[in-house]
Amino acid sequence: MVTLTKKNVKSWSRIGSRATFGSVLYELAESREELVVLSSDTSTSAGLDRFRKKFPEKFVEVGIAEQNLIGIAAGMASEGMDVVTATFSPFQTLRCCEQIKVNLGYMKHKVCFVGLASGVVLGKLGYTHCSIEDMAVMRAIPNITVLSPADCGETAKAVEAALNHDGPVYIRLTGSAPSPVVYEEDYDFTIGKSVNLLNGSEVSIIATGTMVHRALEAGKQLTESGVSTSVINIHTIKPIDQSAVQNACENARLIVTIEEHSVIGGLGSAVAEVKTEQANAPPQIIMGIRDSYQNSGGYQEILEREGLTKESIVKTVEDWWRKNIE
Amino acid sequence: MEEYSEETVDQNIVNTIRQFALSQRRQIYDMAHAAGADSAHIGGALSLVEVTATLFSSVMKIDRSDPHWTQRDRFILSKGHGVLSYYTALAEVGFITREELMTFEKDGSFLLGHPVINRDKGIEFSTGSLGMGLSLGLGLALTAKRRKMDNKIFVALGDGECNEGSVWEAAMAAPQHKLDNITCIVDRNGFQQTGSNEDIMSLGDVGAKFRSFGWQVLEVDGHDVEQLYRAFTSHHIRAVPRAVIAKTIKGKGFSEAEGDNAWHHKILTGKLYDQAVNELEPE
Repeated sequence: MVTLTKKNVKSWSRIGSRATFGSVLYELAESREELVVLSSDTSTSAGLDRFRKKFPEKFVEVGIAEQNLIGIAAGMASEGMDVVTATFSPFQTLRCCEQIKVNLGYMKHKVCFVGLASGVVLGKLGYTHCSIEDMAVMRAIPNITVLSPADCGETAKAVEAALNHDGPVYIRLTGSAPSPVVYEEDYDFTIGKSVNLLNGSEVSIIATGTMVHRALEAGKQLTESGVSTSVINIHTIKPIDQSAVQNACENARLIVTIEEHSVIGGLGSAVAEVKTEQANAPPQIIMGIRDSYQNSGGYQEILEREGLTKESIVKTVEDWWRKNIE
Repeated sequence: MEEYSEETVDQNIVNTIRQFALSQRRQIYDMAHAAGADSAHIGGALSLVEVTATLFSSVMKIDRSDPHWTQRDRFILSKGHGVLSYYTALAEVGFITREELMTFEKDGSFLLGHPVINRDKGIEFSTGSLGMGLSLGLGLALTAKRRKMDNKIFVALGDGECNEGSVWEAAMAAPQHKLDNITCIVDRNGFQQTGSNEDIMSLGDVGAKFRSFGWQVLEVDGHDVEQLYRAFTSHHIRAVPRAVIAKTIKGKGFSEAEGDNAWHHKILTGKLYDQAVNELEPE
């Protein structure tokens, strides 16, 4: 079982989510006889080089052919193997979207498929390699669980949870290396159950992926400056933690959602879908990447341009507060 | 290297396959007729009857009392619209009842116009979106290799289906992984939904294409059960996957439908049903 320690939290955050993923599979391989990892010419990118050499019988290379990747994965899963696939997020989700629909969604074959470098971390490579649509599209397919870990420790826990889960799971990996730590200590990770990171009464910030750390920093600053703010990590985009959203609706005057993903179809939409059925729900500000393909750029540059920073969260909440409350 | 056997096939086996095929055709007509105005994919099911009859009656290792038997040979109907040949074969081996067959495409039936996974009934996968079955087959073949099982995997594709690029992703990967436990059958009836392969998207020499990807290729008359039986039972060349190109006639067995692509998906009226049944002759 993956337990967070000072040592692994430190080392994983240093290497980032992709290498953490490969490293965790390496650790889990000994105890999982029927684990098999499928690569689409991405073993190095997924931190799987050590795994590939140590466990060649548990590794299958399918080349740059993502449709075949998902088909083979589903075939093996249908025989009871513990199957994990990994490639860059756009190719892991959209390139083989219909294979995911039919083989994993429709037939419910238990495959853990991992989208590397999702969001805009590869902005310098252009939007072919960015992934701001994956959560929206995967969320629309019945039976697919969508996980979006907040840091490397949560990535490790998500991989283990996906392997233990009875159904197909998409894990969206975001961020660069080193990657900020949200969880310094061990905690309970359960698919579908959000985690309260900061308690507050006036504003509720609901975040996922890399935005959780920024939201937490922003929440602390807002609370210090007099706006009591809660921060919730929604690591499971689907099925969304309905009670957490309902609870936020009952208590807060404003809900802010933030994600390194398009403002369409991701966390913001998932929260809004729950919120719209609540009587007297507070307004919601959806922070994310605008519905457009902007000029590419460095990771931080894109995040700043799209308002996905601690400063931007604080300003957004303060502006709203001044206009509506004070 | 072992060559494709030219030996004659035991006549008892030939008769068994022919009886199986005859019964399948009769049931296909019954089901298509029962589907009424909903139409049914008839042409591409009839072209596949001898292939499925040969496999299910005499080639594949099946436990008729247990569709879940782990050692069973696997069949994947990648060309999901050929479903009538699949359901009727599963009925002949006893996994689906005659009563169940007659619920085809009715509300609430598990027998839809394309197969929906139901391993209690012997249906291995949901197919219908073309170009996906061979990859699933590779997954089964890789698993069998890892578990050191000797079961065989058979995947039936349409020739029109081979327009799909994903077919060739899988075709490239099977020799790479030395999968000598998989047989890919191409139902080479020469037609696809709206016309001939030549008019819509020519496949050229499909056998040569598979050969160039590294497959052993056997080209047979897809209605000659002896040729099919020999092709399916000849020993696999070590580390080489096998493709059987089955030259077939779309609508085979029903003179109105043979070679007429209007029967790709059509209503079988009462009058034509009677004619089709009358044309069935026990051999």
